This record gives sequence, C-alpha cells and structure tokens, in this order.
Amino acid sequence: MSGTAVNEAGLHSGVPGLVDDWSADKQAYHVPWGKAMMWIFLVSDTFIFTCFLTGYLNVRLTTTQPWPPQSEIFALSFGGDPIPLILIAIMTFILITSSGTMALAVNMGYRKDKKKTFWFIVATAALGASFVGMQAFEWTKLIVDESVRPWGNPFGAPQFGSVFFMITGFHGLHVSAGVIYLLWVAFRVKRGYYDDKGYEIVEIAGLYWHFVDLVWVFIFALFYLL
Amino acid sequence: MSAEAGQQHPLGIYYKIWTLLFFLSGCSYAVDFFEVQGAWRWTLVILFMALKAGFIVSIFMHAVWERMALVFTILGPPMVLLLLIAFITIEGNYTSRTRYTYMGHDPNAEALGPSDLHGEEHGGAEEKH
Repeated sequence: MSGTAVNEAGLHSGVPGLVDDWSADKQAYHVPWGKAMMWIFLVSDTFIFTCFLTGYLNVRLTTTQPWPPQSEIFALSFGGDPIPLILIAIMTFILITSSGTMALAVNMGYRKDKKKTFWFIVATAALGASFVGMQAFEWTKLIVDESVRPWGNPFGAPQFGSVFFMITGFHGLHVSAGVIYLLWVAFRVKRGYYDDKGYEIVEIAGLYWHFVDLVWVFIFALFYLL
Repeated sequence: MSAEAGQQHPLGIYYKIWTLLFFLSGCSYAVDFFEVQGAWRWTLVILFMALKAGFIVSIFMHAVWERMALVFTILGPPMVLLLLIAFITIEGNYTSRTRYTYMGHDPNAEALGPSDLHGEEHGGAEEKH
C-alpha cells in the first residue's frame, strides 16, 4: 500500500486506512476512548428509537381505524384561529437553535476559550430545558383538554396515544438527561477542569446533544408530519 | 496518542449548516401548513428529513472528518434497520389487508378532529348505531 497517501501521523486514508486500522493488533479508533464509547452508545440508542418507530410503523399500517389528524390536534391558537402544528414547529426550531449553540461551544472549547464555551453550553441547556417545558405543556393539553390516553382517544385509532406518550416521552427523557449532563460539563469547563485533560469532553457531550436533535428530526417527520 | 487531536473547523461551516437546517425545517413545516397531501407529502417530508439528518451527522457530529473505521462502525450497523423497516412494511400491509378483507372495517373511514368534538354538546355516551 505504498502508493496511497499517508497523513502526518503516518496513517493511510480511505479503504487502505480501513484495512490497516482493523487488521493490525493495535488501536482501531484514532479518537479519545470516551468519544468512541459515546458513538457506540449512540448506535445502541439508535436501535432503541428505531424499535419504537418501527413499532409505530406497524400499528399505523395495521390499524383499521383512521389515524387522528396530528396537524389539528397539535394546533395552537394565539387569540385568533388555531395555527396547525405550531407548537411542534417552535419546538423543532428551538432544538435546532440549541444544536447550533452546541456546535459553537465545541468549537470554542478547542480554542480553549473557557468563558464562551461555558456560556454556549449554558445557552444550549437553557434551550433544552425550554423544549422540555413545552413538551410538558403539550402533554398536559393532550391529557387534560383532549382526553388522549395510552389506551384510547376521542379522535380515532387508540394506538395514537401509546405511540405518542412512548416516543415523545422517551425523547423528552433524553433531552432532560442531556440538560443535566451539559450543565455538569459547563461548570467543569468554568472551573478549568479540562485545562489539562483536554476539551474533547465538550465534543463528546455535543455528540449526545446532536443525537437528541437528530432523533427529533425523525420524530417530527414520521410522527407529526406524516 | 490520537492522530487528529480534536475536531477544529472554521466557524463559517457551522453557520452555513445551521442556516440550512433552519431552512429545511421551515420547508418541512410548510408541507404541513400548505396541506400538501398524498405522494408529494411523503416524498417531501422524507426528503427534508433525510437531508437534515445527513447534515447533522456529517457536519455537526463531524462524521465527514472522522476516519473510515469509525464511520463504518457508526453507520454500518444501523443499515440492517432498513431491512427491519422493509419487513415491517410488508408484514404490516399484509395484516391490514387481511383485517379489511375479513373483519369488515371501512378502509375509507374519516378521522375526527378536535373541532368536530368540541363543537357538539351531546356527550360521548349517546352513540347511534
């Protein structure tokens, strides 16, 4: 494999790099171990969310009752006519905004700009917390005003409730855990805990947060829009 | 120890992707707002979803800059899920056809919305058959 390009660390790229990394008795992933572990955790989490989403696909395909109209159910009125799906759209934009601030936090972390890193992580956590707050509002509205239950609802297919509570509940749990995790990392950044250890931990926390946003992309499209 | 010490990239690319994600989310919402239905709805929603997911994983999660060994570990196993989705779709369609054929349900029944329910004051107990 002498013909292929070698980078500054003496490693091949592309397919020869893949073969080299896997075939020799040595470290396969040239990243900090915490990052490799976070990725493997996220892959396993992908499987969990896919189980929920394929379960949803199955009940959605097989139910003989009409599926409740999400656009109308999640509409919200600000004084005038109800705007379809507006709360979910706002939640989507909040999560995307938080993903952007997280990306900036990672970047500032590698620049060792502790102050900016801290504030970008705190902003991300605050946006995440407001997302959870809106979700609590949405759940309350559905349970109290629309009498949606995991075993039935007034609109149509009874599976709607169980799918909704299970999928958004599990996602909300991820967001809540993420908020706590981010605040933990933020205060460690502020105290200078990573000055010696390196700022990869901010990127690792960022991977988790972007994953939460990624899952929401799928939930938004598959559950709310289709 | 690590070959590429951290993922450090110019800020510009994050701003561009960030804007793009906002734009794509707006497009997704527009599909619902303008009540696009049928095959177009499915196509557009899935397209915008796939694009958003792709940009988040590749740029925000830095997958395009990672080495191929890590990228294959991340993206390889989830590929079998496509097979699961295909199986569930085939099986689900079969189940629903069986139910419509043998259990006498109406495939064209209309769903009720909150406006249908909150408008009438009859109470749910009285149902006419």
